Amino acid sequence: MSRLSSLVQKEFQEFRRDKKMRAIVVVAPIMQILVLGYAANMDVKDVPMAVYDQDHSSESRDLARAFVASGSFLVAAAPESAEAVDQELSSGRAEIAVVVPPGFGAALRGRGSPSLQLLVDGSRANTAAVGMAYAASVANDFSLRFAPGSLRIALPVEARTRIWYNPELKSRAFMIPGVFALLLMVITIILTSLAIVKEKESGTLEQLIVTPLRKAELIAGKLAPFVLVSLILICLALAACALFFGIVPRGSILLLFVLSLALVFSTLGIGLLVSTLAKTQQQAMMFSIFFFMFPMMILSGFVFPIANMPAPIRAFTYLMPLRYYMIIVRGIFLKGSGIGLLWKQLWPLLAIGVAVVSFSIARFRKQLE
Amino acid sequence: MDAIAVEGLVKRFGTFVAVDGISFAVPEGSVFGLLGANGAGKSTAIRMLCGLLEPSSGRASVAGIDVAADPEGVKRSIGYMSQRFSLYEDLTVIENIRFFAGLYAISRRKVETEAERVLALIGLAGREGSLAGELPGGFKQRLALGCALLHAPKVLFLDEPTAGVDPLARRRFWDIIYEVADSGSTVLVTTHYLDEAEYCATVTLMHAGRIVAKGSPAGLKAERFPGAMLEVDCDRPAEAIAALAADGRIEEASLFGSRLHAALAPGLGDREDAEETVRAALAAAGFAVRSVERIPPSLEDVFIRVISESAKGGPL
Repeated sequence: MSRLSSLVQKEFQEFRRDKKMRAIVVVAPIMQILVLGYAANMDVKDVPMAVYDQDHSSESRDLARAFVASGSFLVAAAPESAEAVDQELSSGRAEIAVVVPPGFGAALRGRGSPSLQLLVDGSRANTAAVGMAYAASVANDFSLRFAPGSLRIALPVEARTRIWYNPELKSRAFMIPGVFALLLMVITIILTSLAIVKEKESGTLEQLIVTPLRKAELIAGKLAPFVLVSLILICLALAACALFFGIVPRGSILLLFVLSLALVFSTLGIGLLVSTLAKTQQQAMMFSIFFFMFPMMILSGFVFPIANMPAPIRAFTYLMPLRYYMIIVRGIFLKGSGIGLLWKQLWPLLAIGVAVVSFSIARFRKQLE
Repeated sequence: MDAIAVEGLVKRFGTFVAVDGISFAVPEGSVFGLLGANGAGKSTAIRMLCGLLEPSSGRASVAGIDVAADPEGVKRSIGYMSQRFSLYEDLTVIENIRFFAGLYAISRRKVETEAERVLALIGLAGREGSLAGELPGGFKQRLALGCALLHAPKVLFLDEPTAGVDPLARRRFWDIIYEVADSGSTVLVTTHYLDEAEYCATVTLMHAGRIVAKGSPAGLKAERFPGAMLEVDCDRPAEAIAALAADGRIEEASLFGSRLHAALAPGLGDREDAEETVRAALAAAGFAVRSVERIPPSLEDVFIRVISESAKGGPL
């Protein structure tokens, strides 16, 4: 039996008996897609709104109905003083408040132009920005009802928006492929680095080093099983996306698997690198989280658009394998992109993989320090 | 030819010198003991000989192969069992054996016969399906030994193989070591159990990275204790040491549990003479003597003497 196949067989035998590992590989992808998928939702819906109606006219009541009818807001409170508005916002019972001044209805009827006050809880930055835009558009639509017919066609340029790839602008359709990418990165880095450092800790690595097993065989034998593990992971995560959220890649699933292996190549390299740095499993976790996972989560475009980052930080994102993979996954999931478009992401991903893997192999010693 | 030849071997870690220029030779087919306290440099020395650590300077060859020039060549001809149990606890006995057989590229045809041979040797036949992690300590150590023996190595290195194992299991382990040596392999074993050192053909004592004594157990005793050695049971033994040391005919007195060991100067070989000398010395100082018995010096006596001499900067 060849040395390499002995080692791979041993990995699977250990794997079969290790309940914790099985849980990580089988339960983690499903749970994470499920929980993060529901959590990673930035849609603005049913925002609690306080309406301070100082006017009490039929127009002011119509306005409140228009807010509710938009689907974005719920009237959660009807305060009767400025102090009460303040309290609703600070207590969090309402995230946005509309103050209708006295004489609002009369002014509308009299062809005047009354004003409205919108108060937004800025501590919830996302809701505030989106909610304010929605509220303003509701108010605009409302005021157009009272505008003379001539005014409605007075605008020379009319923008007609049509949204492609994600017509309902559901943030979940955008976030879940991101969670999918994140999951693959986190689990493969952790499992690889732990698998090698565990042997360091238990002393079995020393026992392996003293056999004629070659360095290349040792590394290949430790990494190869995780290629299979990552394929299982992708299957489970894809199934979870489809089952829980009805999100299915628009593009080729085969292409998704192939390009995912390109990411896994680089993350296994990172896992190997961590295992050459860490002496204990705890250290390996710390190194993985602080030096690789956190930066990749923030700088991959998973949450924050890379285009918004200052130039030096943006330059840094080019080093993140996840940056390229994030575009690949979203492209295949949402747009059905093919290899022709994704090639531009694939080659840097592979280049980083080759660099990390060769650097780690060079660092990996078949001797003790 | 010597199975192991070491010449001025040094290992430095930064400014710390773990092994400080040791030299020794081990003839083929013998059992060689490397002794010393924790931190004396035994494990570092053994790791250099196995090609696990690069020597800082000096030369060493194992089974005729230079360890610095061809560490991988050394690895093919040796078996190594490290201080800690370092097999896969989640694998069964037979899975561990098959795994290591695979690493030594033993052909599939031969694996089962080799596994059977080794299982019989280490007395684990019938336990093939047990998980290694669930075996009692002594069994684990024998399994580790078995895995190191699968490829019939020319030289076997055992680093504190019996640490933390009960005396009966230790005895059993040494029986296996003898069998291995009888079949022609050379065994280098480190231990800090000095009673075990008595089983070795040659022992070497390391202290602070250097070799401070070398020889057969019997030879070392004769060399260091040419006179008689007596075990004395008396009252206030700690104070009695001073009284004995004051007597010129008694070279050295030291405390062993509640008793004293007294080493007499050479020439007082006659049984009655020696006992009378000690009784008289103690009686003169006012100590009540319960018994005086002539005993053979143990290796422990030898090493206490050697290390205290080397601490005083005396002859090495």
